Amino acid sequence: MLNPISLAFKKAKQENRAALLTYTVAGDSSKKQSLDILKSISNNADILELGVPHNTPVADGSQIQTSAYRAIKNGIKMNDIFKIVKEFKKFDKNKPIILMGYFNMIFQYGERKFLNKCNSSGVNGLIVVDLPWPENKDFARKCKKKSIYFIQLLSPTTTKKRLKRIIRDSHPMNYFISMLSTTGGKLKVSPNDILKNYNKIKKIDPKKEIVIGFGITEKTIGKLKSADGLVVGSAICKEISKSLKHRQNPVTNVSKLVKKLKSKIL
Amino acid sequence: MKIRKKIQLIDQVNKLGFWGGKFGGNYVPETLKKPIEDLEILFNKLKNDKLFIAERDKYFKNWVGAPTRFIKLKNLTNHVGGAQIWSKVVSDANGGAHKIYNATVHCLLAKRSGKKFIIGDTGAGYAGKMLSMAAKKFGLKCKIFMGAKDIARQQPNVKAMKKNGAVVIPVYSGSQTLVDAVSECMRYWVANCDTTAMCVGSTVGPAVFVRICGWSTSQISRELKVQLIDEFGSIPKKLKLYNCVGGGSSSFGFWNEFMDYDKKQCEFIGVEAGGPSKSKKHAAPLTYGSKIGILHGAAQYVNQDADGQIEETESISAGLDYPGISPLHCFLKDTKRARYTAASDEDALNAYKTVTKFEKLRPSLEPSHAFSVAIKEAKKLTKDTIVVVNSCGDAYKDREILKKRLGKKYAKPN
Repeated sequence: MLNPISLAFKKAKQENRAALLTYTVAGDSSKKQSLDILKSISNNADILELGVPHNTPVADGSQIQTSAYRAIKNGIKMNDIFKIVKEFKKFDKNKPIILMGYFNMIFQYGERKFLNKCNSSGVNGLIVVDLPWPENKDFARKCKKKSIYFIQLLSPTTTKKRLKRIIRDSHPMNYFISMLSTTGGKLKVSPNDILKNYNKIKKIDPKKEIVIGFGITEKTIGKLKSADGLVVGSAICKEISKSLKHRQNPVTNVSKLVKKLKSKIL
Repeated sequence: MKIRKKIQLIDQVNKLGFWGGKFGGNYVPETLKKPIEDLEILFNKLKNDKLFIAERDKYFKNWVGAPTRFIKLKNLTNHVGGAQIWSKVVSDANGGAHKIYNATVHCLLAKRSGKKFIIGDTGAGYAGKMLSMAAKKFGLKCKIFMGAKDIARQQPNVKAMKKNGAVVIPVYSGSQTLVDAVSECMRYWVANCDTTAMCVGSTVGPAVFVRICGWSTSQISRELKVQLIDEFGSIPKKLKLYNCVGGGSSSFGFWNEFMDYDKKQCEFIGVEAGGPSKSKKHAAPLTYGSKIGILHGAAQYVNQDADGQIEETESISAGLDYPGISPLHCFLKDTKRARYTAASDEDALNAYKTVTKFEKLRPSLEPSHAFSVAIKEAKKLTKDTIVVVNSCGDAYKDREILKKRLGKKYAKPN
């Protein structure tokens, strides 16, 4: 059976559009609410990235940090995150879920136990921000055995030689970081230049799906819609923070935002 | 796991940057892979380049002020009654602490790589102060990341940084101390690595930063070796080197040249920050058996919960207030080359009182931790044992804390 992640890309291609990937932090602002958010956006998002909050995130900007600290403060634990995934899959079993986080959380859980739990709860892919290639070769192999995609990150600083090697070893989906930035930075490169880089990478192996992330908002997403997929994270986390501040319901606000994002790439 | 002889410890890494196969490494975002690799290539070339070493030595001698003094603490020795207590007064160095060595080398490397900006983290403020000094000296623009809590408790160093033209960026996330400052500094580097060099303030971080810092602070033991031979004719038969350990840069530098000696002849004692005696929180991952985890790009023993969230630390000394510890020290602990223990806040304050009562020396709260254990152990040792404590920082920066905890008279310079 094809990994639901690949099916999601296939479906988007059939509809002649980029796949929309959302990122929210598990447990933000509470366990229940983060599950409700996933359910409410699942109609419009093709793939759901669920952040595993960590308290020393070296690649996240302030929006995701705020969400992560809020989730940790509200008591989220690794096992709760698996429970959220499992509950969500009862609601929409075909929607792919990717966990994204830092390696220490996996290391402490135990790689084997972690992957078993991913399988039993319905996680389809993993992004580990601080486990680059070639350090991740062994873990990526273990993921493959469990039919979980290990998603490689590619950056504007990744050399051509390295790109080729990473993509050669990669699973069907990779993630291109749009610019030199932590998550949620202001887009300091023009969408055209981002797409130029993207196309160079795409050419190395056109069969592999490449999504673009970092700094993508309602305003910029439309200009990047020729990519295989686009990830929006910080803008959503910001919406949650804003809703909480104004005592509004984050679930409805995020749902509206994701609907808008989707409309921009149609 | 074994230490190899005749190879510098900083170079005893495997291809992926691990000591003993499991400490250190490069757990970094993809964006940093290239800048780290560039820095590795540059450092590996320059660390064996005679001209570069001569340049380093020139600045160490004429600007940092090498060698720093090696003195006998006669009154303290008489008071304690036991081993001879000596001190390597590294706080003599320009700026008042050992952090100047690493800062100088990072600025020299930044110049060689054509970078115009340099950033760094700081806890006690020494790493930041020294980086701001070196940046000014070498014409680099400098930004220092510092936890908001540390900014409040280490004002003299903050003022010094600003005076040197550095921009001090307060970090409000997490515990607002060193751990968050390092995270924020790394995040800034992720976004600016094309124009900016990063200096990690201790022997922590991705492997190359551990190596550069260790290479730089080893100046301390190079000097000490010469001074010991000058004083005693040879390396003493019973030598004990006491040093506080936070990230581990001063202790590593203090021990490095003695690595190949048998530990029966030359013992290393690392003193971690045990925190307030009534608190469960501490900054002593080696002493209290913390598990291996990943922090700031390296695998190390680190204070964390069962899930892998990094735990908050507590210590009176901002410079030791770090939940992790250098991979070099993890390696030294597991190979049993060094012994680690902890001193509490109160122990450190008492040691500060004792040292300043008997000697014209004002160790900051960090080395006061080392003095505490050295004094306790020296009592039980024979007169032919040479105890050396690295007084790696000056208490000027701690004057507000000392005033509050011990009263006005202890905050004055002697």
